[in-house]
Amino acid sequence: MLNLIWIIPLLPLIGVAVNGLFGRRMPRAAVGVLGCAVVLASLLISFGAVWELSQLPVEERYHEVVVGRWMSLGTLVNQHPGSSTVSTDVHIDWGFALDPLSAVLLLVVTGVGFLIHVYSVGYMSHERDLVRFFVYLNLFMAMMCTLVLANNLLVMFVGWEGVGLCSYLLIGFFYDRPFDARTGLSCADAGRKAFIVNRIGDFAFLIGMLYLITEFGTLHMRTLAGEFQHGAGPEWLLSGVGVLLFIGACGKSAQIPLYVWLPDAMAGPTPVSALIHAATMVTAGVYMVCRMSALYSAAPEAMAIVALVGTATALFAATMGLTATDIKKVLAYSTVSQLGFMFAAAGLGAYIAAMFHLMTHAFFKALLFLGAGSVIHGLHGEQDIRRMGGIRRKMPITFLTFVIATLAIAGIPPLAGFFSKDEILAAAWNGGHRGIWAALLCGAILTAFYMTRLTWLVFFGSFRGDAETLAKVHESPRSMTVPLMVLALLAVTGGWIGIPKVMSGWVGGGDWNRLHHWLEPVVVTPHAAAQADAGHASGAEGMLIVLAIVVAVAGVLMAATIYRREGLAERLARASGPVYRTLRNLFWVDELYDVLVLRPFYAVCRFFNGFDRRVVDGLVNASGIVTELTGQVLKLFQTGLVRNYAMTFLLGVVAILFYLITR
Amino acid sequence: MPLGPEKFLILSAVIFALGVLGVLLRRGAISILMSIELMLNGANLAFIAFARQFGQAEGQIYVFFIITLAAAEAAVGLAIVIALFRLGDSTDVDELSLLKW
Repeated sequence: MLNLIWIIPLLPLIGVAVNGLFGRRMPRAAVGVLGCAVVLASLLISFGAVWELSQLPVEERYHEVVVGRWMSLGTLVNQHPGSSTVSTDVHIDWGFALDPLSAVLLLVVTGVGFLIHVYSVGYMSHERDLVRFFVYLNLFMAMMCTLVLANNLLVMFVGWEGVGLCSYLLIGFFYDRPFDARTGLSCADAGRKAFIVNRIGDFAFLIGMLYLITEFGTLHMRTLAGEFQHGAGPEWLLSGVGVLLFIGACGKSAQIPLYVWLPDAMAGPTPVSALIHAATMVTAGVYMVCRMSALYSAAPEAMAIVALVGTATALFAATMGLTATDIKKVLAYSTVSQLGFMFAAAGLGAYIAAMFHLMTHAFFKALLFLGAGSVIHGLHGEQDIRRMGGIRRKMPITFLTFVIATLAIAGIPPLAGFFSKDEILAAAWNGGHRGIWAALLCGAILTAFYMTRLTWLVFFGSFRGDAETLAKVHESPRSMTVPLMVLALLAVTGGWIGIPKVMSGWVGGGDWNRLHHWLEPVVVTPHAAAQADAGHASGAEGMLIVLAIVVAVAGVLMAATIYRREGLAERLARASGPVYRTLRNLFWVDELYDVLVLRPFYAVCRFFNGFDRRVVDGLVNASGIVTELTGQVLKLFQTGLVRNYAMTFLLGVVAILFYLITR
Repeated sequence: MPLGPEKFLILSAVIFALGVLGVLLRRGAISILMSIELMLNGANLAFIAFARQFGQAEGQIYVFFIITLAAAEAAVGLAIVIALFRLGDSTDVDELSLLKW
């Protein structure tokens, strides 16, 4: 199975080809079944490959399959001052590699991806463009698997751009519909926004790769990791490359300042939001940072930036989630915030905690989105939580699974989110970064608060929409509820592979932190973080765990108390005046970008437009005008009288003769 | 008494000049064609005179060439004149300005 890992990205591509070429002539059911089947096949191969990998001894858990040579780039000669000249043969292969790190994300991607494909069959059953949807979704799976399994940065970049493309295509899936009344965006605009913001990050990523290949002559990640660990390369270069790659990650994983596309990405169909904009694609940036842990561990400045940006995003996005009224946008801001948690962890050197949170987040956030989709489906397209409420009896399965996911993301033990978030908080505390720890703790309270608010407004209280809609509310079909139940199971149990040592100690067990042992050989932890992790006191950690639970419960109870009373939330909003308005308008960030980026950009565009029209076109037109004027003058000699021509001819002959004779 | 070449050449120049004046001053296409023939024959006379003066045959051969050329030119020129006459009921070259801007 390990030698078959290159087939994992290929199988969904077969689905793309068959559905794309023949889908319109196939029965609708067959399109859905094929779309799911290829992903299931990928999932099964992934399971097999990861199982075989886990049977290998720890230090041999790396398997590489090179399909072929992609490009040969000649020889790189590097002259290091004071040392000998080094020549490297530079080439890039189509190579795939499976190691414990990629195994984690591979299983998440194919597993959650398969569930969402199944869900889509039900959710998209009324859409006329079912074929296009499944083609895009399968293409996304192929690209995401390429990204995860790539053994070098360039192949990863292929997947990276590929998922960006699919994200664009799927956000704009309902290209003819309007999306946001406040900003006046259509769905197609939202897709373009996502694509352009991502391109900004990708450009930095590309430059980072170019620096790496000119310095080290390879983009092979394992080779690079070895070089970094042996202290190769000047530190300014490593920091610079680390920051550049992180800017790429900021774009893909929606971090400050490039997060603005993700809330608008909710224009896509809900399964897409679940798969691409919650569970898999947006975590690619976190994955990339963990993948390059050797680089970041050798570049403390880059790590500090990662940690600060992540923390700021975690807190900032959480506050924006407090006031959003679109069910999917609340979840979108929540996703941005949780991604911030992951980057904060990665920036603190707790790569394993970041991957752990990535995994549990994939489960519960996919579940939340699919639950939201089920609600929207049941309410016939209603997305505004101000017109929902009290539908828990009508949609029992959706309700139960949604509550589980809410508690999981809020960090209530023993659900998945508790363990991973606790590990991040513990990493911040143990590393001595009290400020980051406090900010993340605030983020955790806010998370518990806005998620409880969302659940309460959707499922509890009384229905606030019109009676006609209420009468038609129904539970979703089986193909949608079964994935919900499976994901709910994962959201409950997913955290149990990373139970901290302290907690297993409380119940007399050994060390149950399986994930830690699984990932430890593949991430390179910086020296300071490793020491902090080894030397921390268990007493503090126990205290932290209790504190995390208290915070989560407090957040949940606070929201429940406020939203249980009719009108209390509105009174609070009015009382907090400017604060509420700031949050409601999302800190005016879109407006700020409009003033700082878009308007100057348009001004520059107008200038160059004028330059092009006046100066460049002017030069072209001038050459035409000069030619014409010359012709206007010269044509006066063309009298049309033959005798004039003959006279001129004669004068010419006389002149030549005169010249020849008098010479 | 043999004639010197200068008398031939003077006659030749006179004929040539008459041809030039005819081309420049006449308006009828046929007259112009005839004037061109005069110029050619003026040149012919000069060739013959030099051939006789230097006792060589090349000059006479050139004259044959020029007579052939004149015949061809007259054929083509007269054909054009006929075509022009059919087109505009006139052979006045001053009225021929079809291709003028």
